[in-house]
Amino acid sequence: MEGLHHDTNLEPTGKLSKQNVESETSVTANESELDPKLSTDSEDFASAPINSQLSEEKKIELYQQMVQIRRFEERSLRAYQQGHIGGFLHLYIGQEAVAVGSVSVLGEDDHIITAYRDHGHALAVGMNMDECMAELYGKKTGCSKGKGGSMHFFAPDKNFWGGHGIVAGQTPLGLGIAYALKHFKKKGSCLCFMGDGATNQGPFYESLNLAALWELPVVYIIENNGYSMGTAEGRHSAGEPLARRADAFDIDWKVSHGHDIYEVRQVIDEAVSRAHESNKPSVIEIVTYRYRGHSVADPDQTYRSKEEIEEYKKSKDPLNLFKSKLLEEGVLTDEKALEIDKAAKDEANASAEFASASPYPDPSELMDDIYWETDNPDKRTSEGRIFFEQP
Amino acid sequence: MPIISYRDALNQGLAEELQRDPNVVLMGEEVAQFKGSYKVSEGLLEKFGPSRIIDTPISEAAFSGLAVGASMMGMRPVVEFMFWSFCYVAFDQIFNNAANVRYMSGGLINVPVVFRGPANGGTNVGATHSHTPENFAANTPGMKVVCPATPADAKGLIKSAIRDNDPVCFMENTILYNMKDEVPEEEDFIIPLGKARVVVEGKDISIIAHGKAVHTALEVAEELSDKHNISAEVVDLRSIRPLDEETILQSVKKTNRALLVEENKPFCGVDAQICFLIQDQAFDYLDAPIGRVSAVDAPQAYSKALETVQLPTKEKVLKSALQIL
Repeated sequence: MEGLHHDTNLEPTGKLSKQNVESETSVTANESELDPKLSTDSEDFASAPINSQLSEEKKIELYQQMVQIRRFEERSLRAYQQGHIGGFLHLYIGQEAVAVGSVSVLGEDDHIITAYRDHGHALAVGMNMDECMAELYGKKTGCSKGKGGSMHFFAPDKNFWGGHGIVAGQTPLGLGIAYALKHFKKKGSCLCFMGDGATNQGPFYESLNLAALWELPVVYIIENNGYSMGTAEGRHSAGEPLARRADAFDIDWKVSHGHDIYEVRQVIDEAVSRAHESNKPSVIEIVTYRYRGHSVADPDQTYRSKEEIEEYKKSKDPLNLFKSKLLEEGVLTDEKALEIDKAAKDEANASAEFASASPYPDPSELMDDIYWETDNPDKRTSEGRIFFEQP
Repeated sequence: MPIISYRDALNQGLAEELQRDPNVVLMGEEVAQFKGSYKVSEGLLEKFGPSRIIDTPISEAAFSGLAVGASMMGMRPVVEFMFWSFCYVAFDQIFNNAANVRYMSGGLINVPVVFRGPANGGTNVGATHSHTPENFAANTPGMKVVCPATPADAKGLIKSAIRDNDPVCFMENTILYNMKDEVPEEEDFIIPLGKARVVVEGKDISIIAHGKAVHTALEVAEELSDKHNISAEVVDLRSIRPLDEETILQSVKKTNRALLVEENKPFCGVDAQICFLIQDQAFDYLDAPIGRVSAVDAPQAYSKALETVQLPTKEKVLKSALQIL
């Protein structure tokens, strides 16, 4: 499993079955004998049809989105350190290719839902930095009017259903979105993102069972960044890879790398096609890495070394890797890359200024958005008292 | 007016809403092929087919959350819990997701889902199957909570609950399923959430109850009238949240005495809230302290010998009434 799974500070207890290990290393074997579930570094994802058909503009746009996410989050970290942002701030830095690559293969009836590390997904679906930064600042102009915070971004008009705070709590919701798509006879899918830590929560398995049993077009994407909060994979999960657990439900699964956006696009496109064509679920484990703590307030040195972080940044940073590829392909120039970077920084700074200048919600707004009925008093059908203490 | 059971009234209400709106589905354990553990959904599978009446595995967290996700997308799922006690394994989906999604999204998303099933003690099934969670469901802003006590209310309120754009916890009672009474047939028959009912008018004492306790209150009122020459008014709350405070207050201001009866546990039970309301809004009208009888403050016992004294009995309620008269 080297190269596919993280080296953690404890030896993983589980080992892959002999058969899978052999098939992964049998690079000289006949292709039909390879285990297609485990990707190898030698595979050329750039030339896969889903990637080779990309226009130069689209490739640059993907790179730009990844840069935007990183600069937005770096700016939000500064704002947090300055005391403008409270609570938790779970940064996605290091994982950008996963959200951007996944969202880039979706069509109009494909939906996404994720957990609390949601800034990357939000920007990838097209939410703007202003509304996101303002939400972090707890401002009225935030995407959830300052009521959700970092963990709870939503944009249903962009098929983005959150932003959910409880580990794996979103996994049955993703199932329900897929269920509704099937009910409405849409040829769509729901990508339900989750972390490696979420694979140890019961509702995930209950969801896998129903997804397979009822043939629902849901794609569970395990963004395996190696740590369930501050607990390394080898200390939190028995058996690897995590996606293999889908075997118990006869669900197709695959493990791939998250540092290569081309690979992410390829593997997610396959899963989305499966959902569209046969209403079948998939579990895709994408091995990635986060550079910051679980939340930025958490100490980061107790469970992993600085060297480990630096090593990943040096060898597998998804932005650098994609930039290099685009430079090689002649799609991008150093000047253009600098321009993109500067524009993203400027946009992030402007969003912080926007957030800073925006008003806080009024205390009276505490009572808005709780019930549809109280927000639509002229259409209220119930009677009686609905709130029992107000500002 | 036809006389039908509480069970059949629910069945009628569900069937009418399934007919009315193709986005309504009913899902839960044994609801389809088995015709419902308590036969509430009998005949619905034949009428609406397996894509609308859906048997689920024993997997409350998954199907409750699925229903919430589907409702976010515009469906109106009705989830049956075989017992409300089983909601505890789906707590996160109901009380974190269903109740909070609208708020956390700044009002962008609606969750028109109904969770329904029996929530009562008194059936010899022990502590794990006898929970009455209406108090803590109602303690959750974003949630609506309904406890119908009669067949007509069961039908009228389930229809309102399904049409409601907010999540509703609908709590039935296995002991009431066989109870028969008049139930209107008209398709437009609905009872609004948040509207209490004065079941019996009286002038000397208000007995305020919800769920099966309403029937205990009625028996007590009859005895008070027959043997003590006391005219008791019985108020059925019907909905816990929203709460019809006006009807409660009107009654207490008229009778000047209040006795609260519920099968909920006492500590932070629904009637603790009603008690606060009365002292806050009708203090000067009270001629006696507010009386209160609830379930005994112990886990629901299995043994009949224990359980029969656990829920508010007619004798206990009567004694409490006489104490404040």
